[in-house]
Amino acid sequence: ILPFQLQRCKSTLVVAEHNNEALNPITLNTISAAKKIGGDVTVLVAGTKCGPASEAVAKVEGVTKVLVAENAAFKGLTAESVTPLVLAAQSQFKFTHILAGASAFGKNVLPRVAAKLDVSPISEIIDVKSEDTFVRTIYAGNAILTLKSKDAVKVITVRGTNFPPAAATGGSGAVEQAPAGDYASSLSEFVSQELTKSDRPELTGAKVIISGGRGLKSGDNFKLLYDLADKFGAAVGASRAAVDAGFVPNDLQIGQTGKIVAPELYIAVGISGAIQHLAGMKDSKTIVAINKDPEAPIFQVADIGIVADLFKAVPELTGKL
Amino acid sequence: MARVLVGVKRVIDYAVKVRVKPDKTGVVTQGVKHSMNPFDEIAVEEAVKLKEKKLATEVIAVSVGPAQSQEVIRTALAMGADRGVHVEVPAAEYDLLQPIHVSKILAKLALDEKADLVILGKQAIDDDANQTAQMTAAVLDWPQGTFCNKIEKTDAGLTITREIDGGLETIKTKTPAVLSADLRLNTPRYATLPNIMKAKKKPLKKVTAKDLGVDTTPRIEVVSVEDPPVRKAGATVADVDALVAKLKEGGHV
Repeated sequence: ILPFQLQRCKSTLVVAEHNNEALNPITLNTISAAKKIGGDVTVLVAGTKCGPASEAVAKVEGVTKVLVAENAAFKGLTAESVTPLVLAAQSQFKFTHILAGASAFGKNVLPRVAAKLDVSPISEIIDVKSEDTFVRTIYAGNAILTLKSKDAVKVITVRGTNFPPAAATGGSGAVEQAPAGDYASSLSEFVSQELTKSDRPELTGAKVIISGGRGLKSGDNFKLLYDLADKFGAAVGASRAAVDAGFVPNDLQIGQTGKIVAPELYIAVGISGAIQHLAGMKDSKTIVAINKDPEAPIFQVADIGIVADLFKAVPELTGKL
Repeated sequence: MARVLVGVKRVIDYAVKVRVKPDKTGVVTQGVKHSMNPFDEIAVEEAVKLKEKKLATEVIAVSVGPAQSQEVIRTALAMGADRGVHVEVPAAEYDLLQPIHVSKILAKLALDEKADLVILGKQAIDDDANQTAQMTAAVLDWPQGTFCNKIEKTDAGLTITREIDGGLETIKTKTPAVLSADLRLNTPRYATLPNIMKAKKKPLKKVTAKDLGVDTTPRIEVVSVEDPPVRKAGATVADVDALVAKLKEGGHV
Protein backbone atom coordinates (compact mmCIF):
# COMPACT_ATOMS: atom_id res chain seq x y z
CA ILE A 1 0.00 0.00 0.00
CA LEU A 2 2.82 2.40 0.81
CA PRO A 3 4.43 2.58 -2.64
CA PHE A 4 0.98 3.15 -4.09
CA GLN A 5 0.37 6.08 -1.76
CA LEU A 6 3.76 7.55 -2.52
CA GLN A 7 2.90 7.43 -6.18
CA ARG A 8 -0.24 9.43 -5.63
CA CYS A 9 2.02 12.24 -4.51
CA LYS A 10 3.15 13.58 -7.87
CA SER A 11 6.47 15.30 -8.34
CA THR A 12 8.18 16.05 -11.61
CA LEU A 13 11.79 16.59 -12.51
CA VAL A 14 12.36 18.72 -15.60
CA VAL A 15 15.83 18.43 -17.11
CA ALA A 16 16.64 21.95 -18.28
CA GLU A 17 18.30 22.62 -21.59
CA HIS A 18 20.73 25.52 -21.83
CA ASN A 19 24.00 26.46 -23.45
CA ASN A 20 25.78 27.90 -20.38
CA GLU A 21 24.59 31.38 -21.38
CA ALA A 22 20.83 31.14 -21.64
CA LEU A 23 17.96 28.80 -20.99
CA ASN A 24 16.60 27.11 -24.12
CA PRO A 25 12.96 28.26 -24.45
CA ILE A 26 11.75 24.64 -24.88
CA THR A 27 12.38 24.22 -21.14
CA LEU A 28 9.52 26.68 -20.48
CA ASN A 29 7.13 24.63 -22.62
CA THR A 30 8.27 21.51 -20.78
CA ILE A 31 7.58 23.14 -17.40
CA SER A 32 4.01 23.82 -18.64
CA ALA A 33 3.59 20.12 -19.41
CA ALA A 34 4.92 19.32 -15.92
CA LYS A 35 2.37 21.69 -14.38
CA LYS A 36 -0.40 19.98 -16.34
CA ILE A 37 0.63 16.67 -14.77
CA GLY A 38 0.34 18.34 -11.37
CA GLY A 39 2.42 18.22 -8.20
CA ASP A 40 5.76 19.82 -7.43
CA VAL A 41 8.07 20.82 -10.26
CA THR A 42 11.82 20.57 -9.75
CA VAL A 43 14.20 21.68 -12.50
CA LEU A 44 17.67 20.21 -12.89
CA VAL A 45 20.31 22.48 -14.41
CA ALA A 46 23.56 20.73 -15.32
CA GLY A 47 26.47 22.22 -17.18
CA THR A 48 29.90 23.75 -16.93
CA LYS A 49 28.30 27.13 -16.16
CA CYS A 50 24.83 27.00 -14.61
CA GLY A 51 24.36 30.53 -13.24
CA PRO A 52 22.32 32.12 -16.02
CA ALA A 53 20.02 29.13 -16.57
CA SER A 54 19.43 28.36 -12.90
CA GLU A 55 18.68 32.03 -12.11
CA ALA A 56 16.24 32.15 -15.03
CA VAL A 57 14.56 28.89 -14.08
CA ALA A 58 14.14 29.86 -10.40
CA LYS A 59 11.95 32.78 -11.53
CA VAL A 60 9.70 30.64 -13.71
CA GLU A 61 6.17 30.47 -12.40
CA GLY A 62 5.38 27.11 -10.82
CA VAL A 63 8.95 25.94 -10.25
CA THR A 64 9.33 24.71 -6.67
CA LYS A 65 13.00 23.83 -6.64
CA VAL A 66 16.08 24.16 -8.83
CA LEU A 67 18.85 21.59 -8.56
CA VAL A 68 22.19 22.86 -9.81
CA ALA A 69 25.07 20.67 -10.92
CA GLU A 70 27.98 22.77 -12.15
CA ASN A 71 30.88 20.58 -13.10
CA ALA A 72 33.45 20.21 -15.88
CA ALA A 73 32.09 16.67 -16.31
CA PHE A 74 29.05 18.14 -18.07
CA LYS A 75 30.96 19.69 -20.94
CA GLY A 76 28.83 19.23 -24.04
CA LEU A 77 26.08 17.66 -21.89
CA THR A 78 26.83 14.14 -23.10
CA ALA A 79 24.21 11.50 -22.32
CA GLU A 80 26.90 9.46 -20.55
CA SER A 81 27.55 12.23 -18.00
CA VAL A 82 24.02 13.61 -17.55
CA THR A 83 22.35 10.20 -17.08
CA PRO A 84 24.08 9.27 -13.80
CA LEU A 85 23.28 12.75 -12.45
CA VAL A 86 19.57 12.35 -13.24
CA LEU A 87 19.66 8.89 -11.65
CA ALA A 88 21.27 10.32 -8.50
CA ALA A 89 18.59 13.03 -8.30
CA GLN A 90 15.90 10.40 -8.86
CA SER A 91 17.32 8.17 -6.19
CA GLN A 92 17.29 11.01 -3.68
CA PHE A 93 13.93 12.64 -4.47
CA LYS A 94 11.87 9.77 -5.99
CA PHE A 95 10.15 11.77 -8.71
CA THR A 96 7.08 10.25 -10.34
CA HIS A 97 7.80 11.95 -13.67
CA ILE A 98 11.01 12.95 -15.44
CA LEU A 99 10.60 15.34 -18.37
CA ALA A 100 12.70 17.10 -20.97
CA GLY A 101 11.89 18.93 -24.18
CA ALA A 102 11.88 16.75 -27.30
CA SER A 103 14.92 18.51 -28.74
CA ALA A 104 18.11 16.80 -29.93
CA PHE A 105 19.31 17.06 -26.30
CA GLY A 106 16.18 15.58 -24.71
CA LYS A 107 15.90 12.83 -27.32
CA ASN A 108 19.52 11.87 -26.74
CA VAL A 109 19.48 11.78 -22.95
CA LEU A 110 16.04 10.69 -21.70
CA PRO A 111 15.83 7.21 -23.30
CA ARG A 112 19.19 6.42 -21.71
CA VAL A 113 17.82 7.51 -18.32
CA ALA A 114 14.64 5.45 -18.85
CA ALA A 115 16.58 2.29 -19.72
CA LYS A 116 18.64 2.67 -16.55
CA LEU A 117 15.38 2.96 -14.56
CA ASP A 118 13.96 0.00 -16.51
CA VAL A 119 10.94 1.98 -17.69
CA SER A 120 9.51 2.55 -21.17
CA PRO A 121 9.96 6.21 -22.13
CA ILE A 122 7.25 8.20 -23.89
CA SER A 123 8.48 10.34 -26.76
CA GLU A 124 7.26 13.75 -27.80
CA ILE A 125 3.91 14.01 -26.04
CA ILE A 126 1.46 16.56 -27.39
CA ASP A 127 -0.95 16.41 -24.44
CA VAL A 128 -1.35 15.19 -20.88
CA LYS A 129 -4.65 13.41 -20.13
CA SER A 130 -3.77 12.39 -16.57
CA GLU A 131 -0.71 11.50 -14.54
CA ASP A 132 -0.31 8.22 -16.46
CA THR A 133 -2.11 8.86 -19.74
CA PHE A 134 -0.47 10.82 -22.52
CA VAL A 135 -1.06 11.70 -26.15
CA ARG A 136 1.55 11.51 -28.89
CA THR A 137 1.64 11.26 -32.67
CA ILE A 138 2.75 8.22 -34.65
CA TYR A 139 3.22 7.57 -38.37
CA ALA A 140 4.52 11.07 -39.13
CA GLY A 141 1.58 12.71 -37.41
CA ASN A 142 -1.02 10.72 -39.35
CA ALA A 143 -2.37 9.01 -36.24
CA ILE A 144 -2.81 10.20 -32.67
CA LEU A 145 -1.98 7.63 -30.01
CA THR A 146 -3.32 7.95 -26.48
CA LEU A 147 -1.45 5.59 -24.18
CA LYS A 148 -1.46 4.66 -20.55
CA SER A 149 1.91 4.00 -18.99
CA LYS A 150 2.15 1.09 -16.58
CA ASP A 151 5.61 2.07 -15.31
CA ALA A 152 6.19 3.46 -11.82
CA VAL A 153 8.24 6.38 -13.13
CA LYS A 154 7.20 8.15 -16.30
CA VAL A 155 10.08 9.34 -18.45
CA ILE A 156 8.76 11.71 -21.09
CA THR A 157 9.92 14.10 -23.77
CA VAL A 158 7.61 17.01 -24.61
CA ARG A 159 6.83 18.53 -28.00
CA GLY A 160 7.41 22.20 -27.27
CA THR A 161 4.94 23.56 -29.81
CA ASN A 162 2.00 21.84 -28.09
CA PHE A 163 2.44 23.47 -24.68
CA PRO A 164 2.52 27.24 -24.03
CA PRO A 165 5.70 28.51 -22.41
CA ALA A 166 5.46 28.88 -18.63
CA ALA A 167 5.66 32.50 -17.45
CA ALA A 168 9.31 33.43 -17.07
CA THR A 169 8.58 35.59 -14.02
CA GLY A 170 6.58 35.30 -10.84
CA GLY A 171 8.23 32.18 -9.50
CA SER A 172 10.55 31.79 -6.56
CA GLY A 173 12.07 28.34 -6.71
CA ALA A 174 14.60 27.38 -4.06
CA VAL A 175 18.04 26.86 -5.56
CA GLU A 176 19.92 23.86 -4.18
CA GLN A 177 22.95 21.81 -5.07
CA ALA A 178 22.18 18.64 -7.01
CA PRO A 179 23.44 15.39 -5.47
CA ALA A 180 27.24 15.37 -5.69
CA GLY A 181 29.03 12.58 -7.49
CA ASP A 182 31.72 11.69 -9.96
CA TYR A 183 29.87 12.22 -13.20
CA ALA A 184 32.80 12.36 -15.60
CA SER A 185 32.44 9.51 -18.08
CA SER A 186 35.37 7.92 -19.82
CA LEU A 187 33.03 6.49 -22.48
CA SER A 188 32.62 9.62 -24.56
CA GLU A 189 33.97 13.10 -24.90
CA PHE A 190 32.54 16.27 -26.38
CA VAL A 191 34.93 17.79 -28.95
CA SER A 192 33.25 20.71 -30.67
CA GLN A 193 30.13 22.21 -32.20
CA GLU A 194 29.74 23.92 -35.52
CA LEU A 195 26.56 25.92 -35.16
CA THR A 196 24.82 27.58 -38.07
CA LYS A 197 25.11 31.30 -37.46
CA SER A 198 22.01 33.32 -38.06
CA ASP A 199 20.52 36.63 -36.99
CA ARG A 200 17.05 35.24 -37.61
CA PRO A 201 14.79 33.89 -34.90
CA GLU A 202 15.25 30.28 -33.87
CA LEU A 203 13.06 28.00 -36.03
CA THR A 204 11.06 26.17 -33.37
CA GLY A 205 10.11 29.39 -31.58
CA ALA A 206 9.56 31.65 -34.60
CA LYS A 207 6.16 33.30 -35.14
CA VAL A 208 6.60 33.33 -38.91
CA ILE A 209 8.52 30.79 -41.00
CA ILE A 210 9.34 30.98 -44.68
CA SER A 211 10.30 27.56 -45.95
CA GLY A 212 11.84 26.48 -49.24
CA GLY A 213 11.95 23.18 -51.08
CA ARG A 214 13.32 21.58 -54.18
CA GLY A 215 11.59 24.23 -56.29
CA LEU A 216 14.20 26.79 -55.23
CA LYS A 217 16.65 24.95 -57.52
CA SER A 218 19.81 26.20 -55.78
CA GLY A 219 21.20 27.45 -52.50
CA ASP A 220 21.75 30.90 -54.01
CA ASN A 221 18.05 31.21 -54.76
CA PHE A 222 17.28 30.91 -51.05
CA LYS A 223 18.21 34.59 -50.98
CA LEU A 224 14.69 35.22 -52.31
CA LEU A 225 13.34 33.63 -49.13
CA TYR A 226 15.74 35.52 -46.85
CA ASP A 227 14.56 38.80 -48.41
CA LEU A 228 10.95 37.83 -47.82
CA ALA A 229 11.76 36.64 -44.29
CA ASP A 230 13.28 40.05 -43.51
CA LYS A 231 9.88 41.64 -44.13
CA PHE A 232 8.32 39.47 -41.42
CA GLY A 233 11.27 39.07 -39.05
CA ALA A 234 10.77 35.40 -39.91
CA ALA A 235 12.89 32.29 -39.60
CA VAL A 236 13.79 30.32 -42.72
CA GLY A 237 13.26 26.57 -42.92
CA ALA A 238 13.49 23.91 -45.58
CA SER A 239 12.16 20.59 -46.78
CA ARG A 240 14.32 17.48 -46.80
CA ALA A 241 14.72 17.79 -50.57
CA ALA A 242 16.30 21.23 -50.18
CA VAL A 243 18.65 19.96 -47.47
CA ASP A 244 19.63 16.81 -49.36
CA ALA A 245 20.35 18.90 -52.44
CA GLY A 246 22.74 20.96 -50.33
CA PHE A 247 20.79 24.23 -50.67
CA VAL A 248 20.79 24.78 -46.88
CA PRO A 249 22.24 23.08 -43.76
CA ASN A 250 20.41 20.12 -42.20
CA ASP A 251 19.43 21.96 -39.03
CA LEU A 252 16.88 23.93 -41.10
CA GLN A 253 14.95 20.80 -42.01
CA ILE A 254 11.29 20.80 -40.98
CA GLY A 255 9.45 17.49 -40.87
CA GLN A 256 8.98 14.10 -39.27
CA THR A 257 12.70 13.64 -38.79
CA GLY A 258 13.70 17.27 -38.58
CA LYS A 259 12.13 20.01 -36.51
CA ILE A 260 8.46 20.26 -35.62
CA VAL A 261 7.19 23.82 -35.86
CA ALA A 262 3.82 25.48 -35.33
CA PRO A 263 4.18 29.19 -36.13
CA GLU A 264 1.40 31.73 -36.64
CA LEU A 265 2.25 31.88 -40.32
CA TYR A 266 4.05 29.27 -42.42
CA ILE A 267 4.83 30.11 -46.03
CA ALA A 268 5.85 27.03 -48.03
CA VAL A 269 7.66 27.96 -51.21
CA GLY A 270 8.38 25.35 -53.86
CA ILE A 271 7.52 22.54 -51.45
CA SER A 272 5.28 19.75 -52.76
CA GLY A 273 4.05 18.74 -49.30
CA ALA A 274 5.18 15.14 -48.78
CA ILE A 275 3.76 13.31 -45.73
CA GLN A 276 7.11 13.66 -43.98
CA HIS A 277 7.21 17.44 -44.42
CA LEU A 278 3.58 17.95 -43.39
CA ALA A 279 4.38 16.09 -40.15
CA GLY A 280 6.59 18.99 -39.16
CA MET A 281 4.36 21.97 -39.95
CA LYS A 282 0.70 21.08 -40.24
CA ASP A 283 -0.12 22.50 -36.81
CA SER A 284 0.83 25.98 -38.04
CA LYS A 285 -2.02 28.48 -37.56
CA THR A 286 -2.02 29.76 -41.13
CA ILE A 287 -0.33 27.97 -44.00
CA VAL A 288 0.41 29.70 -47.28
CA ALA A 289 1.61 27.69 -50.28
CA ILE A 290 3.37 29.12 -53.29
CA ASN A 291 3.79 26.42 -55.93
CA LYS A 292 3.45 26.20 -59.68
CA ASP A 293 1.95 22.70 -59.53
CA PRO A 294 -1.79 22.96 -58.77
CA GLU A 295 -1.83 19.25 -57.88
CA ALA A 296 0.85 19.58 -55.16
CA PRO A 297 -0.41 18.02 -51.90
CA ILE A 298 0.65 21.16 -49.99
CA PHE A 299 -2.50 22.85 -51.34
CA GLN A 300 -4.63 20.35 -49.39
CA VAL A 301 -3.42 21.79 -46.08
CA ALA A 302 -2.82 25.40 -47.16
CA ASP A 303 -5.24 28.07 -45.98
CA ILE A 304 -4.11 30.34 -48.77
CA GLY A 305 -2.61 28.98 -51.95
CA ILE A 306 -1.23 30.65 -55.02
CA VAL A 307 -0.43 28.66 -58.13
CA ALA A 308 2.49 30.62 -59.52
CA ASP A 309 6.16 30.52 -60.44
CA LEU A 310 7.96 31.23 -57.17
CA PHE A 311 10.72 33.12 -58.98
CA LYS A 312 8.12 35.72 -59.98
CA ALA A 313 5.70 35.52 -57.04
CA VAL A 314 8.19 35.69 -54.16
CA PRO A 315 10.04 38.87 -55.28
CA GLU A 316 6.68 40.45 -56.11
CA LEU A 317 5.36 39.57 -52.65
CA THR A 318 8.51 40.90 -50.99
CA GLY A 319 8.14 44.12 -52.95
CA LYS A 320 4.51 44.62 -51.96
CA LEU A 321 4.93 44.11 -48.24
CA MET B 1 36.93 -3.62 -34.88
CA ALA B 2 35.46 -6.91 -35.72
CA ARG B 3 31.77 -7.36 -35.69
CA VAL B 4 28.89 -5.01 -36.39
CA LEU B 5 25.32 -5.68 -35.34
CA VAL B 6 22.74 -3.74 -37.30
CA GLY B 7 19.09 -3.50 -36.37
CA VAL B 8 16.41 -3.45 -39.07
CA LYS B 9 12.67 -2.92 -38.63
CA ARG B 10 9.87 -3.76 -41.03
CA VAL B 11 7.50 -0.81 -41.21
CA ILE B 12 4.69 0.45 -43.44
CA ASP B 13 6.37 1.94 -46.50
CA TYR B 14 7.18 5.62 -46.09
CA ALA B 15 5.10 6.62 -49.11
CA VAL B 16 1.89 4.99 -47.85
CA LYS B 17 -0.79 7.21 -46.32
CA VAL B 18 -1.78 5.19 -43.26
CA ARG B 19 -5.40 4.61 -42.31
CA VAL B 20 -6.63 4.42 -38.74
CA LYS B 21 -8.82 1.38 -37.93
CA PRO B 22 -12.50 2.23 -37.30
CA ASP B 23 -12.33 0.61 -33.85
CA LYS B 24 -9.47 2.99 -32.91
CA THR B 25 -7.10 0.21 -31.84
CA GLY B 26 -4.35 0.95 -34.33
CA VAL B 27 -3.67 1.57 -38.01
CA VAL B 28 -4.50 -0.79 -40.86
CA THR B 29 -1.42 -2.91 -41.63
CA GLN B 30 -2.99 -5.83 -43.51
CA GLY B 31 -2.55 -5.67 -47.24
CA VAL B 32 -0.45 -2.52 -46.89
CA LYS B 33 3.00 -2.24 -48.48
CA HIS B 34 5.80 -2.68 -45.97
CA SER B 35 9.53 -2.17 -46.35
CA MET B 36 12.68 -1.62 -44.36
CA ASN B 37 12.60 1.47 -42.12
CA PRO B 38 14.49 4.13 -44.17
CA PHE B 39 16.87 4.96 -41.31
CA ASP B 40 17.76 1.28 -41.00
CA GLU B 41 18.74 1.13 -44.67
CA ILE B 42 21.24 3.86 -43.84
CA ALA B 43 22.48 1.87 -40.84
CA VAL B 44 22.98 -1.24 -43.00
CA GLU B 45 24.77 0.79 -45.67
CA GLU B 46 27.16 2.21 -43.08
CA ALA B 47 27.89 -1.24 -41.65
CA VAL B 48 28.55 -2.66 -45.11
CA LYS B 49 30.79 0.31 -45.90
CA LEU B 50 32.81 -0.40 -42.74
CA LYS B 51 33.27 -3.95 -43.97
CA GLU B 52 34.33 -2.77 -47.42
CA LYS B 53 36.90 -0.51 -45.77
CA LYS B 54 38.14 -3.56 -43.85
CA LEU B 55 37.18 -1.90 -40.58
CA ALA B 56 34.66 -4.63 -39.86
CA THR B 57 34.91 -8.34 -40.44
CA GLU B 58 31.30 -9.33 -40.19
CA VAL B 59 27.91 -7.63 -40.39
CA ILE B 60 24.97 -9.25 -38.62
CA ALA B 61 21.46 -7.99 -39.40
CA VAL B 62 18.87 -8.39 -36.65
CA SER B 63 15.14 -7.86 -36.78
CA VAL B 64 12.63 -8.27 -33.97
CA GLY B 65 9.06 -8.99 -34.99
CA PRO B 66 6.63 -11.41 -36.60
CA ALA B 67 7.54 -13.88 -39.37
CA GLN B 68 7.44 -11.19 -42.09
CA SER B 69 10.39 -9.44 -40.44
CA GLN B 70 12.56 -11.97 -42.26
CA GLU B 71 11.86 -9.99 -45.46
CA VAL B 72 13.83 -7.00 -44.18
CA ILE B 73 16.64 -9.24 -42.94
CA ARG B 74 16.89 -10.68 -46.48
CA THR B 75 17.02 -7.12 -47.83
CA ALA B 76 19.89 -6.33 -45.45
CA LEU B 77 21.66 -9.52 -46.54
CA ALA B 78 21.19 -8.50 -50.17
CA MET B 79 22.78 -5.13 -49.35
CA GLY B 80 25.85 -6.90 -48.00
CA ALA B 81 25.20 -8.12 -44.45
CA ASP B 82 26.75 -11.54 -43.82
CA ARG B 83 24.10 -13.24 -41.77
CA GLY B 84 20.82 -12.58 -40.07
CA VAL B 85 19.14 -13.14 -36.73
CA HIS B 86 15.37 -13.06 -36.55
CA VAL B 87 14.00 -12.62 -33.06
CA GLU B 88 10.46 -13.83 -33.51
CA VAL B 89 7.69 -12.10 -31.60
CA PRO B 90 4.12 -13.20 -32.39
CA ALA B 91 2.05 -10.57 -34.23
CA ALA B 92 -0.41 -10.19 -31.34
CA GLU B 93 2.38 -9.47 -28.88
CA TYR B 94 4.29 -7.28 -31.35
CA ASP B 95 1.63 -4.53 -31.18
CA LEU B 96 2.72 -3.66 -27.64
CA LEU B 97 6.43 -4.30 -28.06
CA GLN B 98 8.34 -1.14 -27.21
CA PRO B 99 11.93 0.05 -27.67
CA ILE B 100 12.60 -1.04 -24.06
CA HIS B 101 12.05 -4.65 -25.10
CA VAL B 102 13.93 -4.37 -28.38
CA SER B 103 16.90 -2.67 -26.72
CA LYS B 104 17.22 -5.51 -24.19
CA ILE B 105 17.08 -8.05 -27.02
CA LEU B 106 19.70 -6.17 -29.05
CA ALA B 107 21.95 -5.75 -26.01
CA LYS B 108 21.82 -9.48 -25.28
CA LEU B 109 22.58 -10.31 -28.91
CA ALA B 110 25.42 -7.77 -29.01
CA LEU B 111 27.07 -9.59 -26.10
CA ASP B 112 26.29 -13.09 -27.38
CA GLU B 113 27.65 -12.28 -30.82
CA LYS B 114 30.60 -10.34 -29.40
CA ALA B 115 29.73 -7.25 -31.42
CA ASP B 116 31.97 -4.18 -31.22
CA LEU B 117 29.48 -1.83 -32.75
CA VAL B 118 25.69 -1.71 -32.89
CA ILE B 119 24.30 0.54 -35.62
CA LEU B 120 20.59 1.40 -35.68
CA GLY B 121 18.40 3.95 -37.41
CA LYS B 122 17.68 7.08 -35.36
CA GLN B 123 13.96 6.37 -35.37
CA ALA B 124 11.39 4.04 -36.89
CA ILE B 125 8.92 5.92 -39.07
CA ASP B 126 5.94 4.06 -37.57
CA ASP B 127 6.22 4.66 -33.81
CA ASP B 128 8.55 7.68 -34.26
CA ALA B 129 10.00 6.86 -30.82
CA ASN B 130 13.71 7.60 -31.37
CA GLN B 131 14.69 5.54 -28.31
CA THR B 132 16.12 2.13 -29.19
CA ALA B 133 19.78 3.07 -29.78
CA GLN B 134 19.98 5.20 -26.63
CA MET B 135 18.39 2.44 -24.57
CA THR B 136 20.56 -0.31 -26.04
CA ALA B 137 23.65 1.75 -25.15
CA ALA B 138 22.30 2.19 -21.62
CA VAL B 139 21.63 -1.52 -21.12
CA LEU B 140 25.15 -2.32 -22.30
CA ASP B 141 26.73 0.65 -20.53
CA TRP B 142 28.35 1.55 -23.84
CA PRO B 143 28.75 5.08 -25.19
CA GLN B 144 26.12 6.31 -27.64
CA GLY B 145 26.59 8.26 -30.84
CA THR B 146 23.11 9.35 -31.84
CA PHE B 147 21.92 11.11 -35.02
CA CYS B 148 25.21 10.33 -36.81
CA ASN B 149 26.09 12.43 -39.82
CA LYS B 150 29.65 11.04 -40.12
CA ILE B 151 31.47 8.15 -38.44
CA GLU B 152 35.25 7.86 -38.48
CA LYS B 153 37.32 5.09 -36.95
CA THR B 154 40.36 6.24 -35.00
CA ASP B 155 42.94 4.30 -33.04
CA ALA B 156 41.28 5.26 -29.78
CA GLY B 157 37.70 4.60 -30.86
CA LEU B 158 35.35 6.67 -32.98
CA THR B 159 35.02 10.29 -33.98
CA ILE B 160 31.38 11.04 -34.69
CA THR B 161 29.70 14.08 -36.20
CA ARG B 162 26.14 14.37 -34.90
CA GLU B 163 23.18 16.34 -36.21
CA ILE B 164 21.95 18.62 -33.44
CA ASP B 165 19.39 21.43 -33.33
CA GLY B 166 21.73 24.30 -34.09
CA GLY B 167 24.05 22.55 -36.53
CA LEU B 168 26.60 19.80 -36.06
CA GLU B 169 28.54 18.47 -33.10
CA THR B 170 31.64 16.31 -32.90
CA ILE B 171 32.18 13.78 -30.15
CA LYS B 172 34.68 11.02 -29.52
CA THR B 173 33.58 7.69 -28.13
CA LYS B 174 35.32 4.57 -27.08
CA THR B 175 34.34 1.25 -28.58
CA PRO B 176 32.28 -0.84 -28.20
CA ALA B 177 29.55 1.69 -28.92
CA VAL B 178 25.97 2.04 -30.11
CA LEU B 179 25.30 4.44 -32.99
CA SER B 180 22.12 5.73 -34.59
CA ALA B 181 22.04 6.84 -38.21
CA ASP B 182 20.61 10.15 -39.34
CA LEU B 183 19.39 10.74 -42.88
CA ARG B 184 22.56 12.28 -44.18
CA LEU B 185 25.02 9.63 -43.00
CA ASN B 186 25.09 8.04 -46.45
CA THR B 187 22.98 7.05 -49.45
CA PRO B 188 21.94 3.41 -49.21
CA ARG B 189 22.68 1.21 -52.19
CA TYR B 190 20.06 -0.75 -54.09
CA ALA B 191 20.29 -4.51 -53.79
CA THR B 192 21.04 -5.96 -57.23
CA LEU B 193 19.23 -9.05 -58.48
CA PRO B 194 22.32 -11.33 -58.20
CA ASN B 195 22.82 -10.12 -54.63
CA ILE B 196 19.15 -10.72 -53.81
CA MET B 197 19.61 -14.31 -55.12
CA LYS B 198 22.80 -14.75 -53.08
CA ALA B 199 21.09 -13.39 -49.98
CA LYS B 200 18.67 -16.30 -50.06
CA LYS B 201 21.56 -18.63 -49.29
CA LYS B 202 23.01 -16.59 -46.42
CA PRO B 203 22.42 -17.97 -42.92
CA LEU B 204 19.41 -16.69 -40.98
CA LYS B 205 19.06 -17.83 -37.40
CA LYS B 206 15.71 -17.75 -35.62
CA VAL B 207 15.40 -17.21 -31.88
CA THR B 208 12.70 -15.97 -29.53
CA ALA B 209 12.81 -13.23 -26.89
CA LYS B 210 12.39 -15.97 -24.31
CA ASP B 211 15.49 -17.79 -25.65
CA LEU B 212 17.38 -14.58 -24.94
CA GLY B 213 15.87 -14.24 -21.47
CA VAL B 214 14.11 -10.97 -22.27
CA ASP B 215 10.75 -10.28 -20.65
CA THR B 216 8.33 -8.74 -23.15
CA THR B 217 5.53 -7.90 -20.73
CA PRO B 218 3.72 -4.81 -22.11
CA ARG B 219 4.65 -1.51 -20.43
CA ILE B 220 1.87 0.49 -22.00
CA GLU B 221 -1.81 0.16 -22.75
CA VAL B 222 -3.19 1.64 -25.94
CA VAL B 223 -6.17 3.79 -25.01
CA SER B 224 -6.95 4.83 -28.57
CA VAL B 225 -5.48 5.50 -31.99
CA GLU B 226 -7.32 8.23 -33.84
CA ASP B 227 -7.18 10.32 -36.96
CA PRO B 228 -5.53 13.71 -36.53
CA PRO B 229 -7.81 16.73 -36.82
CA VAL B 230 -8.49 17.63 -40.44
CA ARG B 231 -7.61 21.13 -41.57
CA LYS B 232 -10.34 23.14 -43.18
CA ALA B 233 -9.82 23.42 -46.90
CA GLY B 234 -8.37 26.77 -47.88
CA ALA B 235 -8.68 28.74 -51.04
CA THR B 236 -6.32 29.59 -53.83
CA VAL B 237 -5.92 33.21 -54.77
CA ALA B 238 -5.40 34.50 -58.27
CA ASP B 239 -2.37 36.74 -57.81
CA VAL B 240 0.11 38.24 -55.39
CA ASP B 241 -2.11 41.26 -54.70
CA ALA B 242 -4.87 38.95 -53.53
CA LEU B 243 -2.34 37.08 -51.38
CA VAL B 244 -1.18 40.32 -49.76
CA ALA B 245 -4.82 41.25 -49.11
CA LYS B 246 -5.43 37.87 -47.43
CA LEU B 247 -2.32 38.24 -45.29
CA LYS B 248 -3.49 41.71 -44.21
CA GLU B 249 -6.95 40.33 -43.45
CA GLY B 250 -5.35 37.67 -41.24
CA GLY B 251 -3.33 40.32 -39.42
CA HIS B 252 -0.01 38.87 -40.59
CA VAL B 253 1.27 42.10 -42.19
